[in-house]
Order: sequence, then structure tokens, then C-alpha cells
Amino acid sequence: MRFESPSTVAAAAALLAEPGARALAGGSDLLVQMKSGMVQPAVIVDLKRIAGLGEIRETPDAFIIGAAVPGAALREAKALRKAWPGLVDGSKLIGSTQIQGRATVAGNLCNASPAADSVPAMAACGAMAVVTGPNGSRTVPVEDIPVGPGRTSLAKGELVEAIRLPKPPPRTGSAYLRFTPRTEMDIAVASVGIALSLDADGTVTAAKVVLGAVGPKVIIPEAAARALIGTRADAAALDALAAACSAAATPIDDKRGTKEFRIRVVGVLARRAAEKAIERAKGK
Amino acid sequence: MALHVKTNVNGDAAEFLCEPDETLLDALRDRLGLTGTKEGCGTGDCGACSVILDGRLVCSCLVLAAEAEGRSVRTIEGMAKGDELTTLQRKFLEHAALQCGVCTPGFLVAAEELLRRNDNPTEEQVRYWLAGNLCRCTGYDKIVRAVLDAAKDMREHAHA
Repeated sequence: MRFESPSTVAAAAALLAEPGARALAGGSDLLVQMKSGMVQPAVIVDLKRIAGLGEIRETPDAFIIGAAVPGAALREAKALRKAWPGLVDGSKLIGSTQIQGRATVAGNLCNASPAADSVPAMAACGAMAVVTGPNGSRTVPVEDIPVGPGRTSLAKGELVEAIRLPKPPPRTGSAYLRFTPRTEMDIAVASVGIALSLDADGTVTAAKVVLGAVGPKVIIPEAAARALIGTRADAAALDALAAACSAAATPIDDKRGTKEFRIRVVGVLARRAAEKAIERAKGK
Repeated sequence: MALHVKTNVNGDAAEFLCEPDETLLDALRDRLGLTGTKEGCGTGDCGACSVILDGRLVCSCLVLAAEAEGRSVRTIEGMAKGDELTTLQRKFLEHAALQCGVCTPGFLVAAEELLRRNDNPTEEQVRYWLAGNLCRCTGYDKIVRAVLDAAKDMREHAHA
């Protein structure tokens, strides 16, 4: 095995095109997989020496989170937290303080776990993945990166170098909620990320609802967003939202929860996440 | 192929040879002889191997030794000054916040970092911050009390 720490994204992409190459950001998934024998990389490509990848940049219309930014740094980024609290809701639930010191949202995305906490959260906020490979760069919605458990749409040599979040329109709120049997150090049984915008009268003008851990990858039910748009998120709208989320969920039974439980609880979570997002949109 | 890593441990320059897949935990213990940092689970779940890497609390079992090149690492060995324990360490003894002691270095490193960032944490904040440190002996209450008492003592001395 070789350990490489390139200083540019292009050099990282060239190394990642080699057989058996794996990218290393926070390492909280990769090192565990190596230890269990699940993966035996020929080359480990550490992304943390690449200039800029350890930073959160703010431009007039976006936040750009480098692939090597740990969760702890997201929590400390005041402007980002204010703009997209739903993203931070998700990322801060990943592991312990120690894991937060290392784990990245780009890594959480590329690990492609159906239960990844930051993925529904950032997808709801309209996050885009900046993907660079041997043939240049492309920008795709984050929800298009994982295609199933442990599998991504990244081609050989491609890496997610950053996550780009647009600046939110006025009166926008976001939230992420998950169900876990324990209060901490657990993996989502079902989860929901929601971002929505209101007009001056409190009517929902735009919404994105993203379900996690109830399918092989995130589910974005259009009917759930439609249930909110044009309403003031009254009781009937929230009922319709919950029903649309439950109807769209395609979970499995496993030791963490039954199919029936997940279908029901994803609707409950959606309702509560919507209420929280609306409070935040109103500046409460 | 062994790698030559130059780093800084507890304020002193340190260098070692390691394998590319060797963890920082193994390098600290086996290459540098700093065996205060313990291995519990080896998968980032228990916090026994907690160290500070460039100002961030991390599990050294989930860091490759090669990543420490040019970085700064703080371990439990950097805490006491000779025989002189820190307030936090004394409070762990006073409150009997340990039995077997395997988790203790990790708890001390993690709790010291919390108190560096927040000199007046609530009990809830202490419990959440330390949620990634597992102890099978104490039931945690004694540890939480020791940390809160250390914080109180350190605040009073800072204002004295």
C-alpha cells in the first residue's frame, strides 16, 4: 500500500485513477473499512494537503465547503449555520466529538450509506457536489452521487472536491430530524431533511423534502413538496405532507427498525421537520 | 515501504518510521513509546485513544500515522508537569472518577479540550461532549462530577 498526499485536485484525480485507489478525507469510514478487511486500498490519497479543501468559502451567492472540512468546523461557521441550519442539524449528529473533529460531509456523501445524516439535510438545502476527475469538473446535485448502499456515480479518478450551497432566499428555513433509539451515537432508522421558503404572508412558495434511511438512497417525493407549496403549512397541509412521505418510503426490515415502523415514523418526522423549518423561516 | 514522518508531539519535535497503513495510535505507542494513549475498540467508537491533532479532538485509531507529517499532536503525556497534576487530573482522583483506568487518558484529553473551549459547561454539555468516550466501570456520574468540579475550581482560580 502507498500513502500519497497530493497538493492539487488534478494530482489527486490522477492518483485516484490508479487501480485500488481510495480517497481519504476524515477517514472515519475508510479506516474502519480497512481494519475490518472490507477494503484493501493499493493507494490512499489524502485530500487534506490540497490548498482550499480544508476551508469554507463564502461568495456573494454561495457557500463552498471543501471536501476536507470536518463537521466541527461546520458547527463553528456562523454564517453558514445561520443560512442553512438544517445542514448543520444533520452534520452535527454524525458520531462523537472525536468523529466530528475528522468526518466530512463530502465523505459522508461518498460513503453512500442510505442512513447518512448529512445527505438528506444538504440535499434539502439544494447542495451541489463539485466533482473533479481526469476529464475536468462537473457540478451535480448531491442526491445524484450515491446510487445505492456503498455505491456512487463517481467515475474512476473522480472526487468530490467541494459541496456548494446556494445562499438562501429571504424567509427560508431548513431542518433535519432523524429517529434513533438512543439520543446520541446512533444511526438513523428514518430521517427527513426539509428546506422551505415563505412569502411575506407566510405562504410556502418553495419546498424540498428529502427522506433518508427509508430506501437504498435518499427519496425526494415531489408530492411531499407539493403538499406544502401554496399553503400556510396548516394542519391539513402537514397531514398531506406526512402521508406523502409515508407513501414514498420503501424501507427494509432490519435490526434497527421494521418496515412498518419506518414508514409511519418518516411521516411524523416530516411534519416536525416542516414545523421547525417554518419557525426558522419566520426568524423565531 | 516505510514512511519517514516528522511531526510535533506535546511541543517537542518527533520523528518515526511507519507503514503506510499504520495508525497514529500505533505509531504513538509502538514507535514513540507513548503508551498513555490506549487502544479500546480500534474503530473510533470508544474514545480511549483520544488525542488533539492540530487543535481538534480525534480518535488516533482513525488517523493514519502518515497524516501527522508536519502537524502537532497532544497526548496524555503532555498534561501533567512532571509530578504536578493538572486540576482536572486531581479532580478525577478526588472524585474516584476511574477504576480500571483504561478509558481515563481519553477522558482527560477530551475533557481538557472541552474546558479549554468552555470554562463553564453545563452537565448536559459535559455529557454530550464526552458521549464518544466509553467507560465500563464508573457509570459516568463520577467522571461528569469531576469535570464540573474541575471547571469550577479553574474558574475560581482564574478570577482569584
